[in-house]
Amino acid sequence: MVKPFNKKTSFDKIKHLFTNEMTIMYGGFGGIGTPPGLIDVILDSGAENLHLIGNDTGFPDIGIGKIVCAGRAKSIITSHIGSNPVAGQLMTEGKLDIEFSPQGILAERIRAGGVGIPAILSDIGTENSFIANHKPKVKLENTEYLIETALTADISIVYAKQADPYGNLIYDKSARNTNPLVAMAGEITIAEVEEIVPVGKLHPDQIVTPGVFVDYIVVSEGVNWKWVWE
Amino acid sequence: MGLGIDHRNKMAKRAAAEITNGMIVNLGIGIPSLVPNHLPDEIQVIFHAENGITGIGPSPEIGTEDANLCNAGGLPVTLKEGGSYCDSTIAFGMIRRGLLDMTILGALQVNEEGDLANWIVPGKKVPGMGGAIELAQKSKKVVVLMNHTDKNGKSKIAAKCSLPLTSPKCVNLIITDLAVIEVTEQGLLLKEVFSPYSIEDVIHSTDCQLTIAENVIWHEE
Repeated sequence: MVKPFNKKTSFDKIKHLFTNEMTIMYGGFGGIGTPPGLIDVILDSGAENLHLIGNDTGFPDIGIGKIVCAGRAKSIITSHIGSNPVAGQLMTEGKLDIEFSPQGILAERIRAGGVGIPAILSDIGTENSFIANHKPKVKLENTEYLIETALTADISIVYAKQADPYGNLIYDKSARNTNPLVAMAGEITIAEVEEIVPVGKLHPDQIVTPGVFVDYIVVSEGVNWKWVWE
Repeated sequence: MGLGIDHRNKMAKRAAAEITNGMIVNLGIGIPSLVPNHLPDEIQVIFHAENGITGIGPSPEIGTEDANLCNAGGLPVTLKEGGSYCDSTIAFGMIRRGLLDMTILGALQVNEEGDLANWIVPGKKVPGMGGAIELAQKSKKVVVLMNHTDKNGKSKIAAKCSLPLTSPKCVNLIITDLAVIEVTEQGLLLKEVFSPYSIEDVIHSTDCQLTIAENVIWHEE
């Protein structure tokens, strides 16, 4: 009998989902909370000319940085690339198109995409030409706001501490960061988790991402971001 | 070019003196991260990190670090009793809602009106604005910690910023390796000088008009 609520799969079985030119959104902040196993699967898949959306470009060997450094990304919407010099270099050479979005607004745009809101109004960076130019504006009670469009993706990849077979997710400490938002904004969402526990084992009050947003779960082979401070 | 650790701690210590009991404070990476080491025990402060931590505690002992508990700079931290975790939208919600009493951050340039430039050197370095734009625009008080001059000896405090701005008219206090300067309605006010520098040294190293406070405080080494 097919179990519709068992979303557990393996890295190998989802590799084919990653294809050229697709938009991939990733959770994580400075590499912490970016699913390391799924990053490697994307590299293995050979997918290229990817459009990426995420908080930052990680470090050259950590997080989404590995995909950026392999030259697989065509564009990225992000807030910070300072910890990955290769991203800046590719941008300068015209090989990577980067849209900078203020960090909290980027998170809200992702959230908006995940909860079916087409755009948000923002007063962040209205006087910063890099942010405000080319964006439509709207006036409410004599204050001008930027219209910041919602973001969605073909595939979202996230990292969580625990999942049950339905895909309910619980995160761990500061590795939560953008993951619950990214989890909602993907047409397909894949969660790499430290542990899958039986249905009923997660306390319903503690579940952060309801499994309805999650399509596949894979068990992590371990994280790789400790080196940032070692 | 970096500053010696003593200069860095001197600046961090001075910034710590701006913090009063009960404040919610966000610390940028670099020198600002040294600020907690200089806080007196009786001051209770809630340190906020934009990656989703409210109530950061001291650095963990070596060997007890948790890979899933780091500050926005990726360095391991601990959580104080009563602290909490949240996602990025909530962390930035606190910032935009104006709940942060102070943000202490680094800068590339500051001008006499308190404009802040710290996210791009066109054609050279483009780190991106990260969370700085929201922190600078929405925190009740913005304290900048930076070298007084760049590696070519050029003043980082100018009449006008030559670099693209992160946020206009947001900086309240500038603490450098030479001096403490307040941004006022009337321009920049030199309030304190660090030994061994003189008021003349500070004026000479600053690329705009400085008003000298009546009683400039002199910090001995």
